[in-house]
Amino acid sequence: MTTPHETIEIPLTTRLRRVTIGRWIMYFLLVFIVLFFSLDAIFGLGVIDWPRVQTYFFNWEIIRGMFPEVLTIAAKNTILYTAVAFTLGLFLALILALMKMSTIRPYRWFAAGYIELFRGLPALVTIFLVAYGLPLAFDFTIPGGTLGKGCLGLAIVAAAYMAETIRAGIEAVPRGQMEAARSVGMPRMVAMRQIVLPQAFRIIIPPLTNELVLLIKDTSLFFVIGTTIATKELTKFGRDIMNLRRNPTPMIVIALVYLLITLPLTYMVRRLERSTGKGRT
Amino acid sequence: MTVPPIQIRDLHKYFGELEVLRGIDFEVAAGEVVCVIGPSGSGKSTLLRCINLLEEPTSGTILIEGEDMTAWGADVDGLRTKIGMVFQQFNLFPHLDVLRNLTMAQRRVLKRSEDEADEIARVMLRRVGLLDKIDEYPIRLSGGQQQRVAIARALCMNPDMMLFDEPTSALDPELIGEVLDVMRSLAEEGMTMLVVTHEMGFARQVADRVVFMDEGVIMEQGPPDELLLDPQHERTQRFLRAIQHI
Repeated sequence: MTTPHETIEIPLTTRLRRVTIGRWIMYFLLVFIVLFFSLDAIFGLGVIDWPRVQTYFFNWEIIRGMFPEVLTIAAKNTILYTAVAFTLGLFLALILALMKMSTIRPYRWFAAGYIELFRGLPALVTIFLVAYGLPLAFDFTIPGGTLGKGCLGLAIVAAAYMAETIRAGIEAVPRGQMEAARSVGMPRMVAMRQIVLPQAFRIIIPPLTNELVLLIKDTSLFFVIGTTIATKELTKFGRDIMNLRRNPTPMIVIALVYLLITLPLTYMVRRLERSTGKGRT
Repeated sequence: MTVPPIQIRDLHKYFGELEVLRGIDFEVAAGEVVCVIGPSGSGKSTLLRCINLLEEPTSGTILIEGEDMTAWGADVDGLRTKIGMVFQQFNLFPHLDVLRNLTMAQRRVLKRSEDEADEIARVMLRRVGLLDKIDEYPIRLSGGQQQRVAIARALCMNPDMMLFDEPTSALDPELIGEVLDVMRSLAEEGMTMLVVTHEMGFARQVADRVVFMDEGVIMEQGPPDELLLDPQHERTQRFLRAIQHI
């Protein structure tokens, strides 16, 4: 005879056993896959043509040929374009955020329309419109060549995204801060700059850094506006060598360089999020 | 004849449909300490916030030392420097240390030099007994200390009058005394003060006049002993009886 006590315990242990068995199967699968491919690579079992993979993904000759230009020109340009577009975008976004919170209704409408428009359009379309449309329609040249055209287009897109973030940050600062600043006679703009914005930006550094990472990747869209050897950014640089050599190895190289730039940033965001979370107690 | 620092005439304030202030006529004389009491929602905080235009009055006139604050083109920022304000939630600037909390407006608004602003900040901090906290950030101070720094911040502008909006309501009971002590010494030095408070003991000891507000109007006012001990109006009697039962 089984006691009620035992009838409860039996299903529990079988469930535990089933979980452990499941884990062992997963481990086994992992070991099997790793072993299979290493054996294949070492003893040449012929499942995968490893030399072929190396030729097209890790072609040393091509990799060597990309240095140092991939860093001194391509990566440098990617970082430069990102920095300019981000700075310009942040400035535009701040103006948009303030307009969105304005007491004057048409300003709010304009900001809302702008944000909806440029968040709704693909960044590529905006860059096209800015780089080719604006100079033709208004008969002028955007200063700065590739840098100027591309960064302006990208900044216009980024501003639409960042404006809402900045507005959220400003609204997260307690109203009493503005009131206290006004009560000692600070004009609205001084109070905004000295008291509210420093606190707002502390709150939104993590989301803004995320926006920066997105922007780094979006500079790859610059290929559409035509570049010279000196103004290529990473993607264009890699693509040109890939087409020239009929080999995709450059894509692997630039992928690693992108990670070299973005990973420290995303790591920083995570640390910042943790530390600001702590500071709020 | 000196002009009263604060004169309010027929002040009305609507929040949407709700009429929060329903015709306030009111003056505070130079050096006078006036305590405003009344149930929550009676409009006493709104009255205070209208005086330095943190709330825009719907109609009526506010004269600060005879100058019309509500007139078109009035120098609102300039007039505000004459009116120190202390808030229920202190509202210190958390990203600045105590010294810069006290010097920011001096430098930006009064265009004082750094040395002069620092010196005045030190004087005012000594006055509220917190000179040793000059390098701390607000988060590291107790509520009572924060409120004393907030008072010092207001004093740094050399205001002619001070508004206190429930300055002790957000404080732990054992920290209320230190803030009231600072306010008491300010009153003794002759500062013109308008204090919205629930501290009846403070009102009795320090106020020259107590004002009882309810439903957006001044129901009754008079010397503290008369109003607090022998209220004439039925509504005042009910309010005072209710808070004594706590």
